[in-house]
Amino acid sequence: MSYQHKKIIFEPIVDNNPVILQVLGICSALAVTSKLSTTITMCIALTVVTAFSNAAISLVRNHTPSSIRIIVQMTIISSLVIVTDQFIKAYAFSISKDLSVFVGLIITNCIVMGRAEAYAMKHPPFPSFLDGLGNGLGYSALLMVVGVIRELFGSGSLFGYPILPLDRDGGWYVPNGLLLLPPSAFFLIGMIIWVVRSWKPAQVEQPEYKIYHAPRPEVAS
Amino acid sequence: MDLVNLFIKAVFVENLALTFFLGMCTFLAVSKKIGTALGLGIAVIVVQSLTIPINNLIYQFLIKDRALAWAGLPEISLDFLGLITYISVIAAVVQVLEMFLDRYVPSLYNSLGIFLPLITVNCAILGGCLFMVERDYTFSESVTYGVGSGAGWALAIVAMAGVREKLKYSDIPEGLQGLGVTFITAGLMALGFMAFSGIQL
Repeated sequence: MSYQHKKIIFEPIVDNNPVILQVLGICSALAVTSKLSTTITMCIALTVVTAFSNAAISLVRNHTPSSIRIIVQMTIISSLVIVTDQFIKAYAFSISKDLSVFVGLIITNCIVMGRAEAYAMKHPPFPSFLDGLGNGLGYSALLMVVGVIRELFGSGSLFGYPILPLDRDGGWYVPNGLLLLPPSAFFLIGMIIWVVRSWKPAQVEQPEYKIYHAPRPEVAS
Repeated sequence: MDLVNLFIKAVFVENLALTFFLGMCTFLAVSKKIGTALGLGIAVIVVQSLTIPINNLIYQFLIKDRALAWAGLPEISLDFLGLITYISVIAAVVQVLEMFLDRYVPSLYNSLGIFLPLITVNCAILGGCLFMVERDYTFSESVTYGVGSGAGWALAIVAMAGVREKLKYSDIPEGLQGLGVTFITAGLMALGFMAFSGIQL
């Protein structure tokens, strides 16, 4: 694998993360992260769909008139999502019940559409496949971080196995119930954005208004 | 009474934006000004209250398990075609609505026009349809749910835009500027909306 290919895969993980920098695909990032098993299923599903839809869209890119390209992309993506959905229903039925509508919502996940439009329409199939894979992994990386924090501190377990002994079972850890509630995902992602942007200051957005510090008037004494 | 209850539930208790996080991409991207947020909100209400009932009819008479019994084909189930049908219906409705507004209500088209294509890929619309399918609503329930969930989403985005218009004058730490603080604001709003949970009429 040449350097170029490596860059396509790894760049979206931190430097150009789809969720925190391109602001794509946030809906599911928030809703599925309260348990690690649903999180990882969702990550795999999204990565697979993004990679293969990018490759397929790139294969037909020279034969698609631009006026109907959105509907062509939609059809390809939704067929892939149907396959994924049926697969999850067949092999992991309880997880598919937990995910409820969110597997279907991969169709409208902006990462898939966004990468198809921004990358796959202009590049050959193999780099497009890698780009889809990379962006899927970038999304997965963020989701896994949020999922681990939420499940570990919210219910003291990982993948359902107890890690921190809970207060009500005679241990020492009092679970933080807020982390299991939906709003905590917003706070966590906000904090992660803060951390990443302090680490890589190039990603900081400029404020629209700056507070003007008036010079202190000199007072003659 | 059931329908009123469903409506209240769709607007406040199960607010699509703040309890299910649907349509977050547009929710965060288009909530900088109250005016544009209101335009998008109205467009979502209109599209939502058209697509959910239409998809409901398609679901009840074509896609549901054993739904084709009226055509003499009781053992056929087309439910694996669900997703692709719903998204095509949404895309088609948005397209038709756009053409209709352009022809008959040009003033409304000019203010909503730019938002309509965005709505096709808004997860709130597809999410609403999938919730309708999952909960197996009847036709009248689906109309109520469509209007209610659209109104809830519009309410959330307008409130968010109101907060953000004030927020831009505040002194925010550098790394949190922009997206970061928007997330935290949305989190606080979601906490506020949790106060509605459990309300029943």
